[in-house]
Amino acid sequence: MTKDLLLPAPRDEGADAGGEPLLEVSGLTKHFPVKGGFPIRRTIGAVQAVDGIDLSVRVGESFGLVGESGCGKSTTGRLITRLMEPTAGTISYRGKDISRASRRELAPIRSEIQMIFQDPYSSLNPRQTVGKIISGPMEINGIEPPGGREKRVRELLEIVGLNPEHFNRFPHEFSGGQRQRIGVARALALEPKLIVADEPVSALDVSIQAQVVNLLQKVQRELGIAFLFIAHDLAIVRHFSQRVAVMYLGKIIEVGDRDSIYTRPRHPYTHALLSAVPEVSVAGEQAPARERIRLAGDVPSPIDPPSGCRFRTRCWKAQDKCATEEPPLVQLSGNRAGHLTACHFPEEPTTEAREEDIILDPALAALEEDTSKD
Amino acid sequence: MLRFLVRRTLGAVVILFLLSMVTFVLFFGVPRDPALLMCGKTCNADAIANIHHVLGLDKSIPEQYLIFLHNLVMGSDSFAQGPCPAPCFGYSYHSNEPVWDTLIDRLPTTVSLTIGSAVFFLVIGIGAGLVAAWRRGTVVDKVATAGAMVISGMQIYFLGPLALALLVYQTHWFDKPAYNDFTANPLTWFSGLLIPWVILSTIFAAQYTRMARSSMIEQLQEDHVRTARAKGMSRRYVFFRYAWRGSLIPIVTIFGIDLGSLLGGAIITEWTFGLPGLGQLSVQSVFFSDLPLLLGVMLFAAAMILLFNIIVDAAYAFIDPRVRLS
Amino acid sequence: MTTLTKEAGVPAPAGDGPLLSVRDLHVSFKTEDGVVRAVDGLSFDLERGRTLGIVGESGSGKSVTNLTVLGLHNPMFTTIEGEILLDGQELTTARESEMEKLRGNKVAMIFQDPLTALSPYYTVGRQIAEPYMKHTGASKKEAWNRAVEMLGKVGIPNPKARAGEYPHQFSGGMRQRAMIAMALVCDPDLLIADEPTTALDVTVQAQILDLLKDLQQEFGSGIIFITHDLGVIADMADDIMVMYAGSAVERGSVDSVLHAPEHPYTWGLLNSMPRLDSDPSIALTPIPGSPPSLLNPPSGCRFHPRCPFQDRVEGNRCVTERPLLGAGESACHLTPAQKRDIFVDEIKPRLG
Repeated sequence: MTKDLLLPAPRDEGADAGGEPLLEVSGLTKHFPVKGGFPIRRTIGAVQAVDGIDLSVRVGESFGLVGESGCGKSTTGRLITRLMEPTAGTISYRGKDISRASRRELAPIRSEIQMIFQDPYSSLNPRQTVGKIISGPMEINGIEPPGGREKRVRELLEIVGLNPEHFNRFPHEFSGGQRQRIGVARALALEPKLIVADEPVSALDVSIQAQVVNLLQKVQRELGIAFLFIAHDLAIVRHFSQRVAVMYLGKIIEVGDRDSIYTRPRHPYTHALLSAVPEVSVAGEQAPARERIRLAGDVPSPIDPPSGCRFRTRCWKAQDKCATEEPPLVQLSGNRAGHLTACHFPEEPTTEAREEDIILDPALAALEEDTSKD
Repeated sequence: MLRFLVRRTLGAVVILFLLSMVTFVLFFGVPRDPALLMCGKTCNADAIANIHHVLGLDKSIPEQYLIFLHNLVMGSDSFAQGPCPAPCFGYSYHSNEPVWDTLIDRLPTTVSLTIGSAVFFLVIGIGAGLVAAWRRGTVVDKVATAGAMVISGMQIYFLGPLALALLVYQTHWFDKPAYNDFTANPLTWFSGLLIPWVILSTIFAAQYTRMARSSMIEQLQEDHVRTARAKGMSRRYVFFRYAWRGSLIPIVTIFGIDLGSLLGGAIITEWTFGLPGLGQLSVQSVFFSDLPLLLGVMLFAAAMILLFNIIVDAAYAFIDPRVRLS
Repeated sequence: MTTLTKEAGVPAPAGDGPLLSVRDLHVSFKTEDGVVRAVDGLSFDLERGRTLGIVGESGSGKSVTNLTVLGLHNPMFTTIEGEILLDGQELTTARESEMEKLRGNKVAMIFQDPLTALSPYYTVGRQIAEPYMKHTGASKKEAWNRAVEMLGKVGIPNPKARAGEYPHQFSGGMRQRAMIAMALVCDPDLLIADEPTTALDVTVQAQILDLLKDLQQEFGSGIIFITHDLGVIADMADDIMVMYAGSAVERGSVDSVLHAPEHPYTWGLLNSMPRLDSDPSIALTPIPGSPPSLLNPPSGCRFHPRCPFQDRVEGNRCVTERPLLGAGESACHLTPAQKRDIFVDEIKPRLG
């Protein structure tokens, strides 16, 4: 990846349109039915995986989606690529509603929205050569690039930093990082405008993660492709995304530009999440101490989520209002434009240490009480 | 658990119902008239029509089916041979005996053959599998594995006659296999069935050895088994408490299927050793185009398989709390 | 509560050497493809009550080392050379019955995935009580009460009722707490935690890490903490050992290894990992290539095929001569001055 590669010139859409929305999602909802009952099995409830989220991704932008397991971030990615049918809500791509579009109507758009998966081992067909895997999307969509498909595949292999001569090899002959590059090449085959990347590096070793992150960044910048970057690693999302949304139990609870979310968070959950990231502080003593928040227990079940604000059961600021009224996702006073927060009682916009740590975990609180008495 | 059993039993009844329907349709789909077999030498069109009438074969197929169902549930007095209380499968065309009585009559032979060999093949098969897994990679393991491989390639109709030839006809060490009533004399019951048991269970045991070995080895590589070792539990304890519990699931699954199908009649074994069980009966029913007997044998065998399927699923709940508590 | 009376932080009286001392350990496995040299000449010490963080990627030998300490390798396919001394007792030659007495008692282990590492067939309480009965001779009832007490200690609400439940009825974080309770039930001197938070969410990970630190204060165990995450190490450990391809490449206190690292592999790890306070406009610097196969490891320095600083060492030493790790140093042929200059001039600026 050190030498300059033959990249097609960035397309004009990416270059000139700064804030034009490419993808707009509103009220997106996915409920998975829960079966049960006696004697006849029927639907008795729903896993509210995604419950009415709004977001927009601009042309050429990288938009990060973070949250812990079960928050609905992966489901959101699959809904947007229409690998799953939404229960409600609309997905519009370039102003056109695709949330209910039929296969035929979807066909021209499918090629513009591509997906990269988490597991580089299971997302590639082991019985197909790399050439076949990468040219597959072109074949299905009947695209005949100038110079033929094989030439295009070689080009793509070179773009993702693989040897174009490895065209006829099988996935098992590559390492994990190289396989993820093949996944990227496949996603690029149809010259997409939007790539949904679902945890693209979390299965890889640390030293390999950086290789793939750099590749994705190069693709995003040089080809002007917009990214919906879904990950649980807050530092990687920060590194990759211009705007970031934080999800909790099927809702977006805070969204805004990167700096605003990471240095001026307002939602208590965003505070808790950021404070939980273990950090290597390179600055050593000079860096200001970070706040310490330790939540109690795990995320509640999305089958029966808490009323009102979904975070209230684990929140140290929760009051009666939080149980009865769902907080709207709005711009709070003092926040930058586009920084929206869904909270009735937001926190101060800083991540620096407080006078007293917030320890909600009873075992930790008890143990630390003991030690401070000694 | 009760809900589960009720739901599964209802499901089984539906399957039996569908199966009886399919059997009916298939029987009449075959261009073979049972009346021709019964008609004898002086057969003419009138005689055949008469037999058809007596057997009720002159009615339409749906009508016959409804009568069959009615008799099965309510019993019937309309048979010329005599009364037929529920569950009434009618009278055999061939023997003129009530089908249900015939089934009950043949049942002890099949049950004895099945239970006896099941005890043999479980003990020997699983035992050998466990020893092989415990001593994995040693000579013991290799002998057990190779032996199981060779035996499982053999068939009853090879091993059976071989055993008879050697042990009965050549050396006269054993009497010809026969079924003797257990209640009359347990000893003759035992000696009469010993050869069939051993031969039948040898072939099954090989399969259980291979399965017990491989599932034990798989279980021994589970994380939780390693955890148990890491907290100081002895190899023996971990083997029998942690790994064994998990490897029971595939064994119980196969055992349920085997037991169910053996109770429906071990056709080849019964023919090989001349034991008059349900397996022989099923062959007879097909041979004589004996519709009532065929339906009786079919439904009985199917009911056995379904019953053991339910028992296996219930057993899962006892073995695995994840099944029980979800 | 008798076993909980150990004073916080005060080393146990027995012996004054290190708690665990590993000397020139070699572990290799026979496989169908050949001999895998999983650990190749590893030495380290762990003092009582301290935490040693072992960091490395998959295949670096970090997990194998610790399974070997517990004697949980398969003896049929494994060859072990070198010494493992626990409190002066040699473990590589110890009999199986002696090892059984140590495991779960003096040395305990916490595994990565608490869902698969707990048996689905037995209640959580029973799984915690088992080693306590075995090692202390307690009755069933005493052991059960002890299990309930431990569950309460690790923060499981309503421990009396939860002890009678099965692992699948626990959430991920609660399962890992149960695992910790199980490991600490006999008050071990040495606790080996193998990626104990990798399968957990970040807010739960923070709870578990803090819990482990607080419990260490109370129980005074020495901890070997294995992870691939430098952030977790920085949070947990007193000392760090960086492993690459079966041996240690750098060792020292958290402060020295993270703030003045000396080995090109450690530099590579730091440079390839974004942080919450790094400048996002500075691109990551990945380590080129991928980890070597241990069937046929590179000659000389194991890292040389991926090392960008190879040409600054005189002659061909990186290819021909294996650098050795002294105390508090790094296994690299660069001179100390070179290491200092490269870190300050070329690596640190890229850390943002």
